[in-house]
Amino acid sequence: MKISRRQMLVLLPAAAVAWRSVLAGTPEQAPNYNKSEHWWGLLIDIPKCIGCGNCVRACQAENDLPDGFFRTWVERYHVSDEDMTNPQVISPDGGKEGFPVAKEDAGKYFFVPKMCNHCSDSPCTQVCPVGATFVTPDGVVLVDQSYCLGCAYCVQACPYGCRYIHPEKKVADKCTLCYHRITKGLTTACCESCPTGARQLVDLKNPNDPIHEFLKTHSVQVLKPQMATGAKAYYNGLDGSVR
Amino acid sequence: MNVFKDAGHLFRFAGLFVLAFLVFLIVRGFVVPRSFGQYGHYRGNAISDIAAKPVKFAGHEACESCHTDVLDVKKAGKHAHVNCEACHGPLAKHADDPTAMTPVKPDTAVLCARCHTATAAKPKGFPQVDPEEHSSGVPCGTCHQPHSPAIDAGGAK
Amino acid sequence: MNGVEGFMYPNEIGLQWSVLIVLYPFITGLVAGAFILASLVRVFRVEAVRPTYRLALLTALSFLLVAPLPLQFHLGHPERSPEMYFTPHSTSAMAMFGYVYLWYLMAVLVLEIWLDYRREIVLESKTATGSVRWLYKMMTLGSDNISERSLHIDERVGWIVTLIGIPSAFLLHGYVGFIFGSIKANPWWSSPLMPVVFIFSAMVSGIAAVMLLYMAVTRLRKQKIDIRCVDTIAMYLFYIFIVDFSLEMLDLIHRIYEADESFRSLNFMVHTRLYIPHIVIQIALGTVTPLILLGITQVVKLPELVRKRMYVVAGSLALVGIFAMRWNVVIGGQLFSKSFLGYTTYKMQLATREGSLMAIALSLLPFVFLWVLTKLLPPWPEENVSQIAGD
Repeated sequence: MKISRRQMLVLLPAAAVAWRSVLAGTPEQAPNYNKSEHWWGLLIDIPKCIGCGNCVRACQAENDLPDGFFRTWVERYHVSDEDMTNPQVISPDGGKEGFPVAKEDAGKYFFVPKMCNHCSDSPCTQVCPVGATFVTPDGVVLVDQSYCLGCAYCVQACPYGCRYIHPEKKVADKCTLCYHRITKGLTTACCESCPTGARQLVDLKNPNDPIHEFLKTHSVQVLKPQMATGAKAYYNGLDGSVR
Repeated sequence: MNVFKDAGHLFRFAGLFVLAFLVFLIVRGFVVPRSFGQYGHYRGNAISDIAAKPVKFAGHEACESCHTDVLDVKKAGKHAHVNCEACHGPLAKHADDPTAMTPVKPDTAVLCARCHTATAAKPKGFPQVDPEEHSSGVPCGTCHQPHSPAIDAGGAK
Repeated sequence: MNGVEGFMYPNEIGLQWSVLIVLYPFITGLVAGAFILASLVRVFRVEAVRPTYRLALLTALSFLLVAPLPLQFHLGHPERSPEMYFTPHSTSAMAMFGYVYLWYLMAVLVLEIWLDYRREIVLESKTATGSVRWLYKMMTLGSDNISERSLHIDERVGWIVTLIGIPSAFLLHGYVGFIFGSIKANPWWSSPLMPVVFIFSAMVSGIAAVMLLYMAVTRLRKQKIDIRCVDTIAMYLFYIFIVDFSLEMLDLIHRIYEADESFRSLNFMVHTRLYIPHIVIQIALGTVTPLILLGITQVVKLPELVRKRMYVVAGSLALVGIFAMRWNVVIGGQLFSKSFLGYTTYKMQLATREGSLMAIALSLLPFVFLWVLTKLLPPWPEENVSQIAGD
């Protein structure tokens, strides 16, 4: 990854702050974190994903997730040559332990990691009856679990299936874009543990962010663009058969 | 005045509404959290509550600050962009206080197979082998140095 | 995965909204429908159905009192439900529930019942014996004025309340249709027709319910059923049913014709997992059969006894059909994957908080309330105390 001098000037102090916070051990927002200076998104680079499931495991470890529910998961697609509109899709336990070996076959295979798209026009926040889920000023969709009623309306309204009701807490739960990490200059747990760089956090308000540059030089798509949700999980190399 | 005399009961009914509304307003003043509405229709303090959650993965920069020798080996090899905790698991506890928690070395027989077991589903250019054919069950770490795994590039053990 | 066919997003496999969420619109539908029947008398001056006027109002109230319960038992944190009153989110259809419910309960239903019964309440507060007398005294709100002028004012105000009550009833039940109809993520639900279909099917269920209750209760009291009343109700039931059926057929034909990306998946679902609830119970048994039965009674002159039997069968089937419609909307909308590649199963439990026993108990509870209300505020002309000279 080529880092210019200018980028180092931004990255080094951020890393220093992050390092200090990690050393200090007390979780608090990095003192120079200003919500209005950031607008978060994610890049998912499909050709790089090898379906190892590291991200699913890392997310579960970072966020103490219950079994059987996923803040992120990986799907494996098998698209036949004749019919692009009817893929065979599997996601065994969300892809947490990887995938079974696929026999060489006609058609193509690829992996698609999925997660909350942190939509800027998010339908889930639109339908929440009390204001327990919201979009932060820096573009992350969060759930206030001390305010949520557990009515599950938001779960119904999400077109991507990324929300669920926590079986013990009985409130809505979903990917937080590791808000507790990104506000301290760290990256998300899934991005940190991805061995191939298929998942990359991006700050859309930071022109020096290298992924920002990637988005400008590649064709990227979002899932279900017809839903007009303002999704901010950008996919590079997304096949038309992806649901 | 006659109207009021004969419609008195209606005013009483309306009065109940007004009373209930006033009680509601008073209760609301106590019950709604102070930070509600600070940034939008939600409890403003929820943002800092969520940001305050504990971190489990330290992040590769934290590891690299101390383990510069490993970094030197890694950045010259094929695993240059594989972050430390991708294999070693969440180690913020160790980064906070290195003596308090000593990480366990991962078992290469299990760990490497997750990424490198050959399957038609993985991208064609990605290094992948059939573990049985490749090493007949011998653990990967026997021949490959995980931090710089390519054998030609001096990664042999 | 047990019960899963094809592929579903991992978080979609278990259903979020259970049979209790099927019950809730069914109950508010009965409330709205019963009220519309009452408004036929009060606003549209259809005197023929007056024998059911008070019964319809009490029925509406009994069901309305039970309506929040399935929702409370469903919530993960019912103790937080007052948040809907304190911080309702204006973009959420669900947020208006608290206020619409309270408005309809107090400013429409309770007010109208109170105004209609006030004379009896005041008289009972003076003549009743036992602890129930205190209840009547409370209900008078301290006013014992039942002069002719005050009762005339009650009549006028009551008329206005009923008039406002009609759109209020539509709002009470229509917003539920909008809750489903406005979800673009779910193609089985997303439709501008949804609130309208909900309202018309609500009217069918409410009118059928009051008709059946009137016939059953009159038989139980060993009184004579007013056949002209029942004939008139059946006629309105028939016409509203035709509108409801047309709307549902319009939705179906539109879906089949446009055949958008969801069609193949939904079509498969209706023909397999929803075949019995949708095709057999909702359409064949619950809509077409009662329509044919009611149609026959409208066209052919049949003896009174035969007509009464047909009304009972048609009304009961209609209620089953409307419940099935709620089931097919709520449960059906969660049986298919939003990837359009798979299906899951609804595993209804028996004795849990959202299980079938709870659903049955909550369905029977309104009748308990209705029994209490008919004792407190008898809707029968012979038993009320209008014989005693007032004031």
